[in-house]
Amino acid sequence: MIALIDYGLGNINAFVNVFKRVNVPIKTAKQVEDLDDVTKIILPGVGAFDHAMKQLTESGMKEKLNELVLVKEMPVIGICVGMQMLGKSSDEGNLAGLGWIDGDVKKFDEKLITQRTKIPHMGWNDVKPIRETKLFNGLEKEALFYFLHSYYFKCNVPSDIIATSDYGIEFACAINHKNVYGVQFHPEKSHHYGEQLLHNFAKI
Amino acid sequence: MLTKRIIPCLDIKDGRTVKGTNFVDLRDAGDPVELGALYAQQGADELVFLDITATVEKRKTLSELVNKISHHINIPFTVGGGISSVDDVRVLLQNGADKISVNTAAYKNPQLVQDLEKEFGSQCVVLAIDTRQEDDGEWYVYLNGGRVKTETKCLDWAKKAVDLGAGEILLTSMNHDGTKQGFALDITRTLATQLSVPVIASGGGGAMEHFVDVFENAKADAALAASIFHFKEIGIEPLKEYLKEKNINIRI
Repeated sequence: MIALIDYGLGNINAFVNVFKRVNVPIKTAKQVEDLDDVTKIILPGVGAFDHAMKQLTESGMKEKLNELVLVKEMPVIGICVGMQMLGKSSDEGNLAGLGWIDGDVKKFDEKLITQRTKIPHMGWNDVKPIRETKLFNGLEKEALFYFLHSYYFKCNVPSDIIATSDYGIEFACAINHKNVYGVQFHPEKSHHYGEQLLHNFAKI
Repeated sequence: MLTKRIIPCLDIKDGRTVKGTNFVDLRDAGDPVELGALYAQQGADELVFLDITATVEKRKTLSELVNKISHHINIPFTVGGGISSVDDVRVLLQNGADKISVNTAAYKNPQLVQDLEKEFGSQCVVLAIDTRQEDDGEWYVYLNGGRVKTETKCLDWAKKAVDLGAGEILLTSMNHDGTKQGFALDITRTLATQLSVPVIASGGGGAMEHFVDVFENAKADAALAASIFHFKEIGIEPLKEYLKEKNINIRI
């Protein structure tokens, strides 16, 4: 059973729908007890960084997640803000991140964005895999994913980066360290490419 | 590289997709949920659902319909029409909308844009502007689905809204809407080159070359159209193939 963490803000139905289509059991988790019988975890990308971290801490789920992810090495994927929460800190907020992957979240510098300065980075962009990962199994080379963000993950350990994307600067759009995965784009909104990626995660 | 986006728009009245010419003469164009799912399958990059009667009749966009739509499509979608509060937006986002668009309510109460940005982030706040070029050559902001003229110039309002936290501008030229004679290239270019957020051009797309113009010449980030898709005058797949041939960066 996959646990989809619900921070109580925004819509997470899109994930439920994707997994339903491929017959993978999934449930939302709002409190610690909801995490008792799960085998995989999704941190979805809704809301602001601090709001989501606060919710994780106050519900007690943060402590439980630390145990599941760091001690039991349960596979987890963070999506968009969920990926950013895997790092140590974020320009978007003041609270500490989960710190499961060594990195910090930075705001896009408008000056570095070529041609025209447009933030948020919004729309379909290329994802360039730079190392082998189960997450990208069966994905076409020309796969595009939907991005919607103003902050990006600055990874301190190059080998943790599994794919990059280019928006004025080249940034890590997919990361992985042991059982911890993160993607900056929205697979739940990225048509069949995204469904393939989420299905791959379910099989890890 | 970020691709240009093709966005079918579904104007909704009483739960049905409708389309008029120059904001009047509504024609029925089918079930919005079925159409939305079909467009997603055909390669639409996003969808926009506008409850066009909402402001006029003081009705709220039907959150149930949004929920139904969200269960059937796997691409991002924006919902607009009659949104005037943070609570309106919360309900729509919880029912599956990715972004919401505000128009008249934001003009009358600019604080709304700021409140939405603070609560949900600018990435989900789309400011829709209906604009018309008058005889003096200037583009003015219109409210209430194009029924009420203001003395505010389009660029001024767009700039202010971006400062307040709008993350995207949906620009509809009332002079061009429904005419199929091409997009309003000059005002689109003005906004697309002067604002720091993406601009969706809307109104007038009637032939494939109009889309090349609006991307290349007017620098739009996305182009929105309705009737040409609803009445199958232009297919999304052939359109995107055509744009690719013309070296526009597009998702096939």
